[in-house]
Amino acid sequence: MVAMSKIATGNGHGENSPYFDGWKAYETNPFHPTERPEGVIQMGLAENQLCFNLIKNWLTKHPEASLCTPQGVNKFKETALFQDYHGMPEFRQAVAKFMGKVRGDRVKFDPDRIVMSGGATGAHEMVAFCLADPGEAFLVPTPYYPGFDRDLKWRTGVELVPVNCESCNNFKITRSALEAAYVKVQEANLRVKGLLITNPSNPLGTVLDRDTLKSMVRFINDKNIHLIGDEIYAATVFMEPEFVSISEIIEEEDVECNRDLIHIVYSLSKDMGFPGFRVGIVYSYNDSVVSCARKMSSFGLVSSQTQHLIASMLSDDEFVDNFITKSKELLFNRHKYFTWSLSQVGIGCLKGNAGLFIWMDLRKLLKEETFAAEMELWRVITNEVKLNVSPGSSFHCQEPGWFRVCFANMDDYTMKVALLRIRTFMLKNNEAMVPLKLCRPSSLKLSLSRSLSRRMDDFMSPGIMSPHSPLPQSPLVRART
Amino acid sequence: MEFTRKNRQLLSRIATNDRHGENSPYFDGWKAYDSNPFHPIHNPDGVIQMGLAENPLCFDLIEKWIRENPDASICTAEGLNKFKDIAIYQDYHGLREFREAVAKFMGRVGGNRVTFDPNRIVMSGGATGANETAIFCLADPGDAFLVPSPYYAGFARDLRWRTGVEIVPVHCRSSNNFRITRAALEEAYEKAQRSNINIKGIIITNPSNPLGTVLDKETLRSLVSFVTDKKIHLVSDEIYAATVFSSPRFISVAEVMQDMDCNRDLIHIVYSLSKDMGFPGFRVGIVYSFNDGVTNCARKMSSFGLVSSQTQFLLASMLSDDEFVGNFLRESSKRLAKRHHVFTKGLEEVGISTIKSNAGLFFWMDMRPLLKEQTTKAETELWRVIINKVKLNVSPGSSFNCSEPGWFRVCFANMDDKTVEVALDRIREFVLQGKEENNHEADKSQARAQPWRKQNLRLSFSSSRLYDESLMSPHMISPHSPIPHSPLVRART
Repeated sequence: MVAMSKIATGNGHGENSPYFDGWKAYETNPFHPTERPEGVIQMGLAENQLCFNLIKNWLTKHPEASLCTPQGVNKFKETALFQDYHGMPEFRQAVAKFMGKVRGDRVKFDPDRIVMSGGATGAHEMVAFCLADPGEAFLVPTPYYPGFDRDLKWRTGVELVPVNCESCNNFKITRSALEAAYVKVQEANLRVKGLLITNPSNPLGTVLDRDTLKSMVRFINDKNIHLIGDEIYAATVFMEPEFVSISEIIEEEDVECNRDLIHIVYSLSKDMGFPGFRVGIVYSYNDSVVSCARKMSSFGLVSSQTQHLIASMLSDDEFVDNFITKSKELLFNRHKYFTWSLSQVGIGCLKGNAGLFIWMDLRKLLKEETFAAEMELWRVITNEVKLNVSPGSSFHCQEPGWFRVCFANMDDYTMKVALLRIRTFMLKNNEAMVPLKLCRPSSLKLSLSRSLSRRMDDFMSPGIMSPHSPLPQSPLVRART
Repeated sequence: MEFTRKNRQLLSRIATNDRHGENSPYFDGWKAYDSNPFHPIHNPDGVIQMGLAENPLCFDLIEKWIRENPDASICTAEGLNKFKDIAIYQDYHGLREFREAVAKFMGRVGGNRVTFDPNRIVMSGGATGANETAIFCLADPGDAFLVPSPYYAGFARDLRWRTGVEIVPVHCRSSNNFRITRAALEEAYEKAQRSNINIKGIIITNPSNPLGTVLDKETLRSLVSFVTDKKIHLVSDEIYAATVFSSPRFISVAEVMQDMDCNRDLIHIVYSLSKDMGFPGFRVGIVYSFNDGVTNCARKMSSFGLVSSQTQFLLASMLSDDEFVGNFLRESSKRLAKRHHVFTKGLEEVGISTIKSNAGLFFWMDMRPLLKEQTTKAETELWRVIINKVKLNVSPGSSFNCSEPGWFRVCFANMDDKTVEVALDRIREFVLQGKEENNHEADKSQARAQPWRKQNLRLSFSSSRLYDESLMSPHMISPHSPIPHSPLVRART
């Protein structure tokens, strides 16, 4: 067969890494409350499904937001023809305003710096293409979103170098860790072009404090490298401490910063719950980057139909204010209930205040402090407890035993089933860890599942969590047939 | 200077080079239009846009369908129950109904002589994204693709910019109607080999932009056998397939493959709804490969430019309505044919010829008789006159890498009937005035007669009188980069 490119035949897409097949257990046996009550519950997908009622309510009252209603169809033609890569002005203005509101209006965003991309996925790739040449490197604090390996490296040829963070200080990103990583890269004769941070953090579910942010801004200024802030979870901060954006930090008096080094990646996939709409944003304080990214956006513009809808929705101040507040409330409640339930059975989590997931500490359950043991435990959780969670190693976490568990992508009933399974598992297998008062299960509304068979031999190696690659028989697709 | 040097240190090579194409000498040509756009009432002396290949002729049909099918939207009362499922759907395989509808549409556009497999339909960010994705899958930086010229100006960016792949043009000539001959391909291929350039494939555009012609079966078969022999890829950009408005009919490379001995792993199609349906804003690009490895790879890459699920949902509904599609395709052809006829007849009447075409949203106009001399410089001069004096924004052949100066691409579909009249009047006036002045300079023109000149037309205006000295060099026409104050944008404020 004739060769394809090196990019095509290599593994840079990340899906062949030993983690991909972990989804199979879920895909072949997905949970359904009535049709498949013993199926695997999906807790590996960071989706925000809690606020759709608010959105649907708004849509009912605003038919002009759609090009397909009698009230909106007069805009169909001009919108369908609109392919200007600057994007619709109303869209940019609405997104800029939304980004400001999500930051408590402590900072204003300029609509002319809003550049579109194919989701946050496209935004990251675009930023890498603008800032770095093949072989150059970005520093990335661990643990980090597995998709970065594909988004930043695959077609760009750029390298990612981890900055190790440890649980002993709550995975704080220290100046010394940054310096150490920087030096290491230099010694390998590679050039560091930037530092990529995710704030709020995926998978930790925490926000960066002001001091850490200032320290990072000073660091990148000293080294004259870029700072890319992935802030796609900004509106999912549901309790104190407050979210602080790098856009705020650079305005502070005691921070000296070359703004040409500062760039933000944003998206509506997590904050609004619209991953299907592919609304990615690159916001740079560097004019050349804005200009270059805008030209590149031709490869992944937001559908004008969607721009039109979003422009309408996000320029409704009342709706937006209410949505942000309500979303936080629902996330807070869900998070609280979840973490409390886990603590009742002796499972702790990193103290988090944001995101759509918790960073669960199962180190005590490991046979030994190794990644092999983590994998074993993961297989048990998948096959026995029937929950698809994400092992810390897929996030490049340096310490085995941590797991990311998503809690916002399911209804209340499913959440209770999931918690019940965890509880059952802990009581059966790890009784020693469960607080004494709960050793005897109280009356349960739901019946316990039948004895869990161990089917580890027909389980394949776990696979990477790629949000876009559910297998063809995914219930996401099935739901539509 | 300092700023640029600093940038080069701070930013990537890709960010600081010119391969995005917008600094090429053609971009500013839009300025004249953007600063003085035609409007029948508000600005009747403005520049008429004839450089944008858009297809707005059938929106009445589409709007009617929209009104009759409220369940095609996730925002209407009828469709709202689907909103959540669609808003969270980010599977890069794409909605099954969307893929099925697009596959069916592609089949119909090809006269139902081919069945397209929905499982080979891969999404991309418009045809722009599709072409780039194809190159990323097939070639490494430094490799090259053969591209018959004249070709779409955007290829310079789409195929080369971020991929690092090169374009080697295969120059086609008017003497045989810009046919792509096996000899020309062989010659270009051999020449590249001798220069140590690694040719990985060919990209063809069929129907052709800018020629507006379709490839015949023989040429297609010749291309397929050429790539099979050389073991290189063939990417067929078929985004104008449904704009064929008269015979000969459109033949897809997929059709030709069916009864040929060839290596199917080498054949890939790029498709889009931007031209055929008139939906460039919806960013519906498709990569359709007969190679499983490429399909898989392109699908993974589609994460960088998936089609909005809201749009997938709408189009799945629209394109699976057989009756609507049949009617749309028929009407679209009819209206394009009519518009094309009005224009070409009008031009004929004043002695301007065009390449005989039966597809596309434009025609390839022969202005060689009006050139002072057979050079690109003269072509650019003439172009400035057309923009500033005749007030029509057309696209000079050199921006399509045409090896012969004097050709211009003129879009005819992106305006209403009234504007068509105005444009034709202006052309008539310009040519007739030219004829008048010609009569006073008959001797001079005789001395410079060229064998190919049919009419005694000649551009007699002295360009220094006519063009605006402050107008910068003409720039490449990028469809996505209208300047901020473009009326496209203005229309919305």
